[in-house]
Amino acid sequence: MSILIGKQTRVITQGITGKTALFHAKGALDYGTQMVGGTSPGKGGTQVDIALENGETVSLPVFNTVREAKEATGATASVIYVPPAAAADSILEAVEAEMELVICITEGIPVLDMVKVKRYMEGKKTVLIGPNCPGVITPGECKIGIMPGYIHLPGHVGVVSRSGTLTYEAVHQLTTRGIGQSSAVGIGGDPVKGSEFIDILQRFNEDEDTHAVIMIGEIGGTAEEEAAEWIRDHMTKPVVGFIGGATAPAGKRMGHAGAIISGGKGTAKEKIEKLEECGITVAPTPSEMGSTLVRVLEEKGILQACQAR
Amino acid sequence: MNIHEYQGKEVLKQYGVAVPEGRVAFSVDEAVAAAEALNSPVVVVKAQIHAGGRGKAGGVKVAKSLEEVRTYADDILGKVLVTHQTGPEGKEVKRLLIEQGCDIKKEYYVGVVVDRGTGRVVMMASEEGGTEIEEVAAHTPEKIIKEIIDPAIGLQAFQARRLAFAINIPKELIQEAARFMLALYEAFMDKDCSIAEINPLVVTGDGKVMALDAKLNFDANALYRHPEIVALRDLEEEDVKEIEASKYDLSYIALDGNIGCMVNGAGLAMSTMDIIKYYGGDPANFLDVGGGATAEKVTEAFKIILSDSKVKGIFVNIFGGIMKCDVIASGIVEAAKQVELDRPLVVRLEGTNVELGKKILGESGLAIVSADSMADGAQKIVALVS
Repeated sequence: MSILIGKQTRVITQGITGKTALFHAKGALDYGTQMVGGTSPGKGGTQVDIALENGETVSLPVFNTVREAKEATGATASVIYVPPAAAADSILEAVEAEMELVICITEGIPVLDMVKVKRYMEGKKTVLIGPNCPGVITPGECKIGIMPGYIHLPGHVGVVSRSGTLTYEAVHQLTTRGIGQSSAVGIGGDPVKGSEFIDILQRFNEDEDTHAVIMIGEIGGTAEEEAAEWIRDHMTKPVVGFIGGATAPAGKRMGHAGAIISGGKGTAKEKIEKLEECGITVAPTPSEMGSTLVRVLEEKGILQACQAR
Repeated sequence: MNIHEYQGKEVLKQYGVAVPEGRVAFSVDEAVAAAEALNSPVVVVKAQIHAGGRGKAGGVKVAKSLEEVRTYADDILGKVLVTHQTGPEGKEVKRLLIEQGCDIKKEYYVGVVVDRGTGRVVMMASEEGGTEIEEVAAHTPEKIIKEIIDPAIGLQAFQARRLAFAINIPKELIQEAARFMLALYEAFMDKDCSIAEINPLVVTGDGKVMALDAKLNFDANALYRHPEIVALRDLEEEDVKEIEASKYDLSYIALDGNIGCMVNGAGLAMSTMDIIKYYGGDPANFLDVGGGATAEKVTEAFKIILSDSKVKGIFVNIFGGIMKCDVIASGIVEAAKQVELDRPLVVRLEGTNVELGKKILGESGLAIVSADSMADGAQKIVALVS
């Protein structure tokens, strides 16, 4: 078990003929993901040949539309690498085609485009992860996104984060301590996005294979505070937190479009206080995300269970 | 991206948002000529810098004659204004807005933002105009009225009227105020704003509803479809190093400390600053070299960091994922040689091919201090610069 994706997940890549998309489609296939095709308007009917690390070559069919790709391949998930100006349209196309899961890696989508996308998605069945995120991985089973697969280890700790490299940092700290991950989800650094912390925490809470969660937030907005309250009220599993940006100046966009302290709101201090108030242990530095989790797992008596596969 | 008040008012005017007559002036003579052309008994001389709080800092003066315009313009142009938004070093005034004075009956606040919680555009209004909205939010949040806008149909007239009534706009001016809000919303959406703030919105003695100030911020991600907005960018208002960084697709923000940072990924870059501070140091900057940290990018990043004379040492913190550590290490060595690095450098590499990367650093003949973790690296650089 895991959340969102697993061995059975069949995936298509939107914009598969692009350089970045092809690079990561290969990475996914190398990892064992069932990448079954892609779209590229105007190139339907052709195929892309991808030479894998193990010497095999995989030929993936290319379609003009997501609907066609879904019907022909039976894919339930899509991943988007198209440039920012066309990315919102790609998300809408996948939602209209009733894909179950859409993961948008693209960084730099205009925020008002995402406002429209969110409105369109209301009442639709599609789950959107991102944009501006590293993707989702269920170690040993399925990798959709740009994360380095080899740092992961199958196991029982869920990771959810607004930042890509901080997720890798956390995963690495866990893996080197022999603690595997059930799934790692990057929800992305944009202010308006598909899934929020609570959506993912809910899934981890319901997933039998997840025993504990690391939640990595950063300055800007109040999603961490809302998640903290949800954890206090509903979460049956231990959660360890980390918040980046304690030293960030107010009013400056710290790389991520959503990482900005505006009007004195959204500071790391407020978030950390709220998390602690809700009973969540917060790692004091990014170097201690793994060790803090180990300590909490020990206290709860589930360290061994989390070290087993 | 920010623009000046006078530019914001010009943009808003195109959408039918009422603003006072005004002209920009770059010199005292231009200011006097502008005032003459306005032909108004009262003229306001306003400093144009990308920061709020100008009035309190002496950057806004009311003139009742052309002589007074000359005196004030002479006084304000070239002056360094220090406000709560400029930082202690302040900002030099290089442009003035010369504007028709108006008979203010009452001041209000209207703002448009993207609300992250709902994922929608929200218009906010308050009877407490003139003061900062953050102050109002902190002390009397009930005085801020909000309308959440459905992007499918946009702001509706009834919502605008509801806002106008709620902030007690005089009855006879409700329609006027509603028209103002609808026009403001249209401008916000059409130009991909991230903030549109009218503070104050005023009701005048002659029965007008107009924007006495205008602060427009634009979504950097959407600038590709607004060349007319990009043309309004005033590079003199921005940090030189930040401009240089943006040319190389590096995300850089200048801070006050003495430890330069080079990191891949925004979250990791922020956390690197945090951990330096945690161990008693002071970061000099935020710098995200991005996923594709090429030798060229690393070299440019080094140059930008080193152009800050406050920098006493550099901490490079890279988690090599797709980008391999040996490639990054070669880039660092090449860059350090090219810029003739003369300050301590601590490098923490982790990820793909990390051993190979460390070997390259070790055999480079450069005085590079290697670190095993973020904490180790932060402690080492803090010790080296103190």
